[in-house]
Amino acid sequence: MMTKIAFVRKKEIPPSAPPITEVGLIGWLRQNLFSSWLNSILTVLSVYFIVVILWDFIPWAYGGHWNTKSLRECLDLDPDVACFSVLTARWKQLLFGLYPAEEYWRPTLTFMFLLLAIVPILFPRFFRFFWFSIIYPGLAVWLLWGGSFWSISIVYIGLTLGALFFLSLIRRYLKNYMVAAILAFLFTVVFFLFISNPLVGLLNVILPISLPFVESLKMGGFTLSLIVGVTGIVASFPIGILLALGRQSNLPVIKMICVGFIEFIRGVPLITLLFVASVLLNYFLPPGTNFDIVLRVVIMVTLFSAAYMAEVIRGGLAGLPLGQHEASASLGLTYWQSQRLIIMPQALKISIPGIVNTFIGLFKDTTLVSIISLRDPVGLASTIRADQKWNGIYWELYVAIGLMFFIFCWGMSQYSQYLERKLKTDK
Amino acid sequence: MSSPTLPPSESFKFSMLLSDTRYRGLSLQVITFIIFMAVFFWLVDNTIKNLALLDKDVSFNFLWLRAGYDINQRLIPYTSDSTHGMAALVGILNTLLVAFVGCIIATVLGLFVGILRLSKNWIVAKLMSAYIEGFRNVPILLWIVMVFALLTEFTPAPRAFKGAEPEATMLFFESVAITNRGTYFPAPVLAEGAYWLLLCFGLSIVAVIYFIRYANKQKKDTGKSLPTFWISVAVIIFPTLILFFAMGQPVSLEYPYLKGFNFKDGIHLRNSFLALTLALAFYTSAFIAEIVRAGIMAVSKGQSEAAASLGLRPNKIMSLIILPQALRIIVPPLISNYLNLTKNSSLAIAVGYMDVRGTLGGITLNQTGRELESMLLLMGFYLAVSLLISSFINYFNRSFQIVVR
Repeated sequence: MMTKIAFVRKKEIPPSAPPITEVGLIGWLRQNLFSSWLNSILTVLSVYFIVVILWDFIPWAYGGHWNTKSLRECLDLDPDVACFSVLTARWKQLLFGLYPAEEYWRPTLTFMFLLLAIVPILFPRFFRFFWFSIIYPGLAVWLLWGGSFWSISIVYIGLTLGALFFLSLIRRYLKNYMVAAILAFLFTVVFFLFISNPLVGLLNVILPISLPFVESLKMGGFTLSLIVGVTGIVASFPIGILLALGRQSNLPVIKMICVGFIEFIRGVPLITLLFVASVLLNYFLPPGTNFDIVLRVVIMVTLFSAAYMAEVIRGGLAGLPLGQHEASASLGLTYWQSQRLIIMPQALKISIPGIVNTFIGLFKDTTLVSIISLRDPVGLASTIRADQKWNGIYWELYVAIGLMFFIFCWGMSQYSQYLERKLKTDK
Repeated sequence: MSSPTLPPSESFKFSMLLSDTRYRGLSLQVITFIIFMAVFFWLVDNTIKNLALLDKDVSFNFLWLRAGYDINQRLIPYTSDSTHGMAALVGILNTLLVAFVGCIIATVLGLFVGILRLSKNWIVAKLMSAYIEGFRNVPILLWIVMVFALLTEFTPAPRAFKGAEPEATMLFFESVAITNRGTYFPAPVLAEGAYWLLLCFGLSIVAVIYFIRYANKQKKDTGKSLPTFWISVAVIIFPTLILFFAMGQPVSLEYPYLKGFNFKDGIHLRNSFLALTLALAFYTSAFIAEIVRAGIMAVSKGQSEAAASLGLRPNKIMSLIILPQALRIIVPPLISNYLNLTKNSSLAIAVGYMDVRGTLGGITLNQTGRELESMLLLMGFYLAVSLLISSFINYFNRSFQIVVR
C-alpha cells in the first residue's frame, strides 16, 4: 500500500523580496558605512571631519574677493574670506614669469602645440600625426626663445640630410651599418661645422622669419615648470632605457660605468645637483664658457630622473622570465632586435606605473629650481608675497599653485592607469 | 658518415673587431673606456685650469677654521667660535634628526592611512584616497612652505598668553604652548637616582625579550601560547613605576612658562623644524600608505582563506599569515622611501632650518668660497647615507626573500 501524499507542489514559489535593510540605499549604507560598531564610529568621525573642513572652506572660497587692488583692501572689506585678487592681479606672472607681456601668445601657442604633440604619443589611434611630435621640440624652442626661424630649422635640415645620407649609403654602396653610420655622422658634423652657418645667413637674407629674442632668465611660472618638466621627461626616457640596459649588460666596463652613474645620482638629493649646475659647472667646463642656466637645469633634472628611470626599467627587465631572452636568442635575433621586438615592449609594460611615477616626481621636482633663484611658481609666490600690496597673503597663492600641479600630476597618474588597463593582456 | 665541413678559417681583418662577436664586446668596452677616461680627464683638466685662473687650490683646511656664524638649533654644543667642521657636524645631526623623527611619524601615519584605505567603509576609504592623492600630487616644497605658513601665521604670539584673560591658552594642562615662535614642551629633569630608574627600565626590556623567547619556545614545544602582549606591557610598566614612586619621583617635568615676551624653559621646537618634519612626514606617509596597501593586497586571498580553514582566528591570521608575507613586499620600498625623506630634508633651506646643506653647503660654502670641497663633502655625506641604507635593503632582500630556484 502506498502512503498517500497529501500535497506536492507543482510550481516553484516566487522568491520573496530581500529585506529592506539589505538592498537599495539602506542596504548600501548598512554594508558600506555601518557594518559594525567600529565602522559606524569611523563613518561618523569622517563625516564630521568633512563637514568641519567644508564649513570653513566653502564660505571662505565662495565669498572671495577677486577685484581688489591689495590685500589691505580685501581685509577692510571682509577679513574672513579669500582674497583671490592676488590671482587676478598676478595670474599672468604665475603662468609666464617675466616673459614680455606683448609676447604672451608665444608660450600659450607652445602649450597648445604641446597638447597636440602629445596626442599621437598618448593615443595610438592618432599615430599618423607623429611627424608633428617630431617637429614640435624645434618649434617650441623657436617660439619660446625666439630668434631666427632658420637657425632652429637648420638642425632639422642637418639631421635629415645625415639620415638620408646614411640610408642612401646602405642602399647603394655599403653593407656594413657601422661604417655607414660613422660616415653619416662625419657628414653631419661637417655640415654643422662648415655649411650650416652660411646657409642660415643665406636663408635669413632670402626669407627673414624671426621672433624677438627672449632670454632664459625671463622665463618663469608654469611655463618654466613645463619647459623643465617636459624636456626632462622626454629626454630622460631614452637615457633611462640605455642606462638600464647598460646595467644589465655583461660587458663589465659598461656595466660599471652605468652602475656608478645610477648609484651616484640616486644617492644625492636633486638640490645638490642643481647647486652643482648653478655654482660648480663653471669649474668643469673650459674657462670662459657660460651656457644658459635653464639648459643647465634641464640637463641636471634629466640626468637625475634618467637614473631613477633606469632603476624602474631594470625592475621591469628583472620581472621578465629568462626564457624570453633565451627564446629570442634562439630565433636568431641580434641583441638590439630582441631588445626592440621582444624584451623592451614587455619590460616597459610591466614598469608603466613606475615610469609614470618617475615622471610625476620629476614634474614636482621642477619646483626645486626656485631654490637656485629661478622663477618657478613657488619662487614667484615668495616674490609676490614680498610685494607690499600682497604682503601676508598665503593660502590663495598656495592653493592655486598646488591645484595646478595637482591637475597635471593627477592627470598623468590617471593616464597611466588607463594605459595599464589597455595593455593588460592577461585577465 | 659525413663530417660537418668547417668554414674556411678566415684571416683576421680589422673590421672583425666590430663585426665579429668574439671581439666586438671587448672592442666596444675599450672604446667606451677610452671615451669615458677622455671625458673624465677633460673635466679634471678644465677644473685645474679654472682653479688656477681663480688662484684657488683644493684643500680641506677650512674645516678647522673658525666658523663665525651661529646655528639656532643644535644637538651638540656649538658657538660661533667653533670650527666649520663642527658646524658641518651640527648640520649633519640636524639632518639626521629630521630624518629620524620624520620617518617615525611617516611610518605610523602611512600604516594607518594604508590600512584604512582598504577599509570596507566607503567614506573612510574615499577620504584616505583623497589624503594620498592630495599629498602625492603636490610638490613637497609647496607642502613645506604651506605647513610653515600654517605654523607661523595661524598660531598666537607668545604675548597672547599673557594677562588675566589671555587670548590663547596652553594645551594639555598648561604644559604645551603652540606659538608662532615654535612649540614648547615640558622637559624631563633627571634628579639624583634617575639613573637607577633608567637602569630598571632597561632591565625590564631585556626581561621582556627573554620572556618572548621563552614564550615562543613554549609554543613550539607544547602548542600553548601565553598572553605575551599583556605580560610584556606589565613587565615594562610596573617595576619602573613602582621604583619611581619608591624613590620619591626622581624624574620631574620642567614646564615652559611665560617670561617677558617669550617662553622660558621646557623643550623648544622651532617652527622651521616642525614644519620641515611634519611636511616631510605627511608627504612620505602618502607614499608609504600606498606601499602598505599594495603589500597587503599582494598576499593572495587564498592565504587568508586557507588560514581560516585551519581554524585560526582573524587576528592570528593577520599576525601569523598575512603580515609576514606582506612585510616581505613592504619593507624594501619602505626603506627606500626613508631614503627619499632623508634626501628631501635638504629642502630645509626653504624654511631656514640649518641642516647639513644649510651649514656646510650654505653658509660655510659662501664664507670660505670653497664650493668644490664643500659640495664634495656634502655629496659624500648623502651618498654614504644612501649606500648604507641600500646595503641594508640588499641584506634584507637576501635574508627574507623566498628562494624560488
